[in-house]
Formats: sequence, structure tokens, C-alpha cells
Amino acid sequence: MTTDTPAPVIDVQNLTCGYGETVVLAGVSFSVQPHELLFVIGGSGCGKSTLLRCLIGLLKPTQGDIAYFGKSFTTADVGQRREILKTFGVLYQENALWSSMTLAENVSLPLEEHTALSRRDREEIVALKLTQVGLAGAGNLFPAELSGGMKKRAALARALALDPAVVFFDEPSEGLDPLTSRAMDQLILQVRETLGTTMVIVSHQLSSIYRLADRAIFLDHRVKGIIADGPPAELAASCTDSQVRDFLNLDPDSIQRPKSSFK
Amino acid sequence: MATIGSELAQIKVPHVNLGWQLPAAGRELKTATAKLEGGQPGEECQVTVGGDWRLNAPAPVWSGVIGGRSATRVRVVPKDLGKWDTSLALFLVHGRAWCDTKKIDCNVEALPLNLQTLLQQFAEPGVFQPLANPAVQSCGKRVAIRVQHWVDQARENIAFIGECTLGLMGVAQHPRRFRWLDCLVEMQQCWVSSLPIVSLVSFLVGVTLAFQGAIQLRAFGAAVYVADLVGLAVVREMGPMMAAMVVAGGTGAGFAAQLGNMKVDEEIDALETLGISSVNFLALPRLLAVTLMMPILAAYANVLGILGGMFVAATMLDIPAASYWVETQNRVGMMDVGSGLMKSLVFGLAVGFAGCLRGLKCGRSAAGVGAATSAAVVTGILLIILADALFAVIYHGLGI
Repeated sequence: MTTDTPAPVIDVQNLTCGYGETVVLAGVSFSVQPHELLFVIGGSGCGKSTLLRCLIGLLKPTQGDIAYFGKSFTTADVGQRREILKTFGVLYQENALWSSMTLAENVSLPLEEHTALSRRDREEIVALKLTQVGLAGAGNLFPAELSGGMKKRAALARALALDPAVVFFDEPSEGLDPLTSRAMDQLILQVRETLGTTMVIVSHQLSSIYRLADRAIFLDHRVKGIIADGPPAELAASCTDSQVRDFLNLDPDSIQRPKSSFK
Repeated sequence: MATIGSELAQIKVPHVNLGWQLPAAGRELKTATAKLEGGQPGEECQVTVGGDWRLNAPAPVWSGVIGGRSATRVRVVPKDLGKWDTSLALFLVHGRAWCDTKKIDCNVEALPLNLQTLLQQFAEPGVFQPLANPAVQSCGKRVAIRVQHWVDQARENIAFIGECTLGLMGVAQHPRRFRWLDCLVEMQQCWVSSLPIVSLVSFLVGVTLAFQGAIQLRAFGAAVYVADLVGLAVVREMGPMMAAMVVAGGTGAGFAAQLGNMKVDEEIDALETLGISSVNFLALPRLLAVTLMMPILAAYANVLGILGGMFVAATMLDIPAASYWVETQNRVGMMDVGSGLMKSLVFGLAVGFAGCLRGLKCGRSAAGVGAATSAAVVTGILLIILADALFAVIYHGLGI
């Protein structure tokens, strides 16, 4: 961070959103600084995915504002919105790779739509992106031919296609084994360190939270908003809310095993 | 257990100073530049990169900068380098490749550390090993594979027919176990979705037949026989056929899309692993629904077709509707109506069979669902035409 504080990449003010009559988040405010890696955490049903859907423009807030680089996203007209959307990359929970296209075509499509690059340049950039995520030479494969971890990597390559300023991740380690999940985390860090991308990650994988997060915000369904905000290690040690401390200090071995009557 | 957090936090990679800046840099973006200095044979050359490098803006190309020169060593240095992205990385990758072919050193140490790291990532072959390409096959082998594919498909189709037959026999034996509610819902869907189009198509078919027939029959002063022509053609052929075509395009395709989607979402796998036959659970209610609905729709199409003919006769040919109706009643017997409805029963079976088969054998992707849907329509129409031709021969033989 430089001495003069730069404008926040994302600035959420008093955000209220939900589905129909149901309010999921009410009056949520937070900001994300350049190059920051923010985790959105919380129990199931607390509104993590809803917040993400609002941030990437899939759900319109009922109140409040989301601004990117000081420009309002909520009130932007179609043209401005498109410009802001070009600065996003999104890795969806189910990867959302287009199944009828090869990996190369999947990664190439954003470049085709939003840049004037020649076909050859696009192909080269696609090859670089696939190499960056460890999928060199896999461009001709279809998503159905890949394992879960490879699909995640391919989806990340697509999310990075336009060198976005912000990448949103929805459960990047979901369904991955611990080793692959660790490799994915390493990859996320590599991307952040090389391209300086700001990242917002929705996840409840404890190990990933501690490995990656600069900061975490904890959502709760009772208050329909943020109940804790800070570096995860600090929150785990000294958060006033016991729910947050319990979540972040969860010991996987702490389950009481009943004495088995089966031999 | 606060130790888990503190231990894991220690493995975090330290934050480096980033050359990359955000879009709201608060200044005008400069053009990307790359200048060559030196480059005479036998000496070192220096490429200075500067400005803002962006994918969606023009940027220098390595071959254009280096031209036809050769050097003992290439050094890339930044000067007033602002924003940069993959376009600069691509430029440098080309530079490195050029140096590799010339077998000379490419020095990028003066560049920002994160850019160097990115270049290293692009140099690594990656953990993924691509699948070996299948060897080029001979023509004979390709034909054999294709034939084998057809045989497999035929076997699958026969197995599906067998499963459906066994399922239907099961329904006959234990009717209470059958999912009648699903079947009724499907019948309702079929009726609701097909009715408007069947109405329009059948009426217009009646109108067209009457027009075409009238031109010929008028020449012989036998315009009133247009009622015979329309009545017989609609009841024996066009009514059941048109109703079946509409249902194949609507309900049949719907079955394939619905079942295909269930296959993609592993819902069918979930049934099978529970020991529930997907044919009995999903296909039979649909098959039976469309088979039972088809004669009703065909009868309805018959009425609309005759009304279409009557409309033309009354408005264009000056034949009173009552005369038209009497003529139709005289010529069209119950045997004609029955033979048409009998056919429609088989058409319904064909449409349901095609839709369910294609849906259950669908590929596990969005493209697979699309292919299954269109295949269901094509197969349905093909089976309808085949069945119709078969009925024509049988009816001829029976003298119906």
C-alpha cells in the first residue's frame, strides 16, 4: 500500500438486497482496497452468495450503492456498466465452463468479445493463460473431459482472460481434495502477486481462509449483515462475537465419538 | 485452537510491490512503447519498454522492434513503465522465444519482480499432461467403428423397447403401482401445449384440401364431392398425422429436454442407484400419457379439418353447410374414423418412445440436451411416417 490511501476498488454502502419480499442483507457497508484479498465468510444461508450476486451485477440491490473505482455500479447506464463489467473476472462455484466449447474457446471468448486482438494473438494469450494455471496443452479438451480440479483451473484461466482488476471467487475449493485445494490456493496467491489483482472470495474452507485472506468479513443471517471484519487470525483470537471465534477456531477433531456397540 | 490460524497464516506469500495499477489511476494512459538500442552484429542490444500496456490497445510486436538484427545478448529494461498486463508478457514471451532460437541470453532482471515471476510461470510446462491424440485410423477401421456404433445404438433401442414392454406388462399386472398422477399431469401438459397449434394446423389443412379439391372437382361439376374428399383425407390420414407431428415437435421434444436435463444433473443416476428403474419411473408415465392423448387430439383434429373444409365450401363454393355435413356423413364411415384413430394410437407411442429414448440416452452436457431434443423430433417424425406407410399397406391388405 502506498502512503496516500488509494480509492477503494469496491465500495459498498448501505446495501440492502433479497429475493421478493425476503430481505437477505440489510444495510451492509464495506470497502475493498487495491490488491486486497477479502474473504466473505459465514454460516450457510447468511447471504454470502447473495452478496456476491449483487457485487457482480446478477442481483439488483433494493437499496444502497456499490461503486467500483469510485464509479457507481448500481446507477450506471448500460455502457458504463459494460465498461465496469470488463474489469471483473468471476469463478463460479460450478465453474460454469461452456460445455460445447473447448477450453481454448472458453478462455478466448472474452478476448474475442472485448478486445481487438488478432486471432493469432488471442490463441497465444489463451495458451499463456492456460499455462499460467497449469493446463498447458489442454486447450483442445472439452470441460467434460476434465477432473474437478482441472475444471477449476480452466475456469480461473477464463476469469483471468481479460486481466481483470477484480476477481470474484464463489467457493473456489468446493469439492476439491485437500491437496488440489492447496494447489488452487497457491495459484490464487500467484495470480494476485503477479497481476496485483484484487480478490473477493466467498468460501467457508477454514484452511483457505487462513492461507489467503488479508481480511475477512463475517456475515450473519440474524442481523442480515456483517458481524465481524478484520484479519482472520485476529478475529479468531479476539473477536467479541463467540460465533465468529467458534467458526474460525473450529477443531475438526473435536466431535465426540459415541462408544461403538459394533465390533 | 487459535494455533491453527496462526500456523497457516505464516505460510502466506509476502506482498510485493506491484507495477500493475488500477484503472482509476487518475491520469491519461500512455501508448505502449518498445525501443531498440544497439543490435549491431556482435554487440549487446537493449529493448526499453515503457508506457501503458493493455490488451485492448495497440502494442508493439517483438518481431517489429527487433527487425532483422542479431545480437550477442538482449537486455529488456523498463523506462516510464506504467500499467501493464498480459500484452507485455506476450511481447516478452515472443522476445524470449526469439532469443532461444538465436541461442542468446535474454536478460529481464531489470523488469518489475512480479512481471519476472509471471514470465517464469509462462515458461513452466505446467503440471498437466495432454491426452495422447488418437492415432490416425484407416478407412476400414473408421467404417468398422461407425458400424459398431450403429449396432450399439440399435441394441440400446431394442433394450429400451424391451424395458418399456416389460414395464407396460408390469402396469397391466399391478396397475396400482403405476404413477397415474404423473401420467395425468403429462396428459394435461400434452393437451394444453398442443391444442392451439393442432387447432390451427388442422383447420388450415382442411381449408387447403378443400381449395385444391375444388379446383379439380368443379371442372366436372362435382364440387359437392369436396366434402367426401376432405372428410376422407382428414379422417383417414391428415388429422392423425398433423396431430402427431405437432405433438412430436412440442411434447416429444419437451420429454427429451426434460429427461436430458435430469441426466445432466445426475437425477437419473440417483434413481438408478436407489434401484428404481428410470424407464418405469420416468418414461412409462410419459409414454402412456402421450399414447392415450394422441387419439383424442387426432379426433379433435378431424373435427377441425372437416370444419375447415366446410368453411371453404360455404364461403367460396356456395355449398350450404348442411349439404356439406350430409355428404360427409354419407361418405365417412366409422371404419374410416376408427382406422385413423387406431393409427394415432401408434403415432403417440412412437412420439413418446422417441422423446423418452433420446432424453434418457442424452449426453451429459448442454450441447447433449440440445442434440437429444432435435434427435427426438427427427426420430419421432421418422417413426410416424414409417408407421403410416406400414398402416397403408396393412389397411390395403385388409380392405379397409
